[in-house]
Amino acid sequence: MNASAWNMLLEGAWTTVWISAVSIAIGVVAGLVIALIRLARIPIIDQLLVLYVSVARATPLVTLALFIFLSAPDLGLDLNRSVAGILALTLNTTAFNAEIWRSAFRNFSREQSEAAMATGMTPWVTFRRIMLPQMVITSLPGLVNEMSFLIKGSPAIAVIGIVDLTRVTNRISAVTYEPLPPILVAGALYMAIIGCLVWLQRLAERRANRLAM
Amino acid sequence: MSNWEILWDERAQFWSGFLSTLEIFGLSIVGAFVIGCGLLYLLEGSRKRLTMPLRIFIDGMRMLPFLILAYLLYYGLPSVGIRLDAWGAGVGALAVYHGCYFAEIFRGNRLTFPPGQIEAAQAHGFTKGKLFFRLLLPQIIMQTRPLLGNQLIYALKDTAFLVIITVGELTAAANSLSSTYFIPTEAFIVVIGFYWAISVTMEIIIKQCGRFSAKRGFDNV
Repeated sequence: MNASAWNMLLEGAWTTVWISAVSIAIGVVAGLVIALIRLARIPIIDQLLVLYVSVARATPLVTLALFIFLSAPDLGLDLNRSVAGILALTLNTTAFNAEIWRSAFRNFSREQSEAAMATGMTPWVTFRRIMLPQMVITSLPGLVNEMSFLIKGSPAIAVIGIVDLTRVTNRISAVTYEPLPPILVAGALYMAIIGCLVWLQRLAERRANRLAM
Repeated sequence: MSNWEILWDERAQFWSGFLSTLEIFGLSIVGAFVIGCGLLYLLEGSRKRLTMPLRIFIDGMRMLPFLILAYLLYYGLPSVGIRLDAWGAGVGALAVYHGCYFAEIFRGNRLTFPPGQIEAAQAHGFTKGKLFFRLLLPQIIMQTRPLLGNQLIYALKDTAFLVIITVGELTAAANSLSSTYFIPTEAFIVVIGFYWAISVTMEIIIKQCGRFSAKRGFDNV
């Protein structure tokens, strides 16, 4: 492998990282919103969300990415590849994150909410000041786990032509006829990305422990 | 003719894709299960030298995307002289990859076992193999079944990656139909329905296993 191959690999890694990061950022927030809506138990919307979570958890990312990318023109949407890829990853991860947030809500101690109510906090203030900080800490391991699953699933977007870290290995081996080195390097880069994520989680947990919660 | 009628006429293609996905999934999870149990047995063994490399192997697998492993087997192995077809490489990659996840799930559960139980079995003269197959494995499998069920759904979803290395399964069927007739929306809705049906069936089976294990008293250890 020469310098341009390394360059391509790093560019592929960057594509994987930014697309995953955008999907993670949207997915975590959207998961929280869905969990909140499901808490409200609005009749029809609740059933729809249950259906969405169930279907999204069962749909393979490759299938979802192809579905979104190929049928978007049919539905009158003009999506470019990156947007379609981000949409697929986000739809998938949101369903998992919603479940993680919901279980954090369910396990939240009642005494604390009652105490907050007794001291005259509005529901919003209770949520913002009391529940959310603690829920972030309790659901962090689950969320990070889901993030690493998303990064491991991100090669699925290669199927709609995004040149991510996995796809780039094909391009390099098409030139060099040596597929093994770029695949091994790509594997090492994925390990590094996921290793970083786990390390960040450990850092965050240490900070959270210092807050003594 | 409406789009749905076209799809109905092409139902044979969906069906063969569905069967092929089921075949790949079935074979690879059986393989993964055997590999997971084998790794657990090796980790359980007294040889400490083996534990470290095995754990590194398992953790390494868990940090790798599945597609990279499939690429490694399909595109990478021919450079060292081993040639697998797409199907074999796909099933092999699924089995090894998810075998490592199974091993990790088993290992995590094994750590929570009370040591007294094992000591009691040893005192009663259980050999190592019997201790493993009669005592450890059934309990571990029954106690980890929700996690195993999750992992099975991940394995099912990973079979779709094999379309990238040209295995003809369910997603490939939808892809070829949608490009033949230009009806992607309907074709993929049908395929997503298939995947959903498989995973809902699996969830029901896992729940039934829960009843069985409650009856046999696996849960109140």
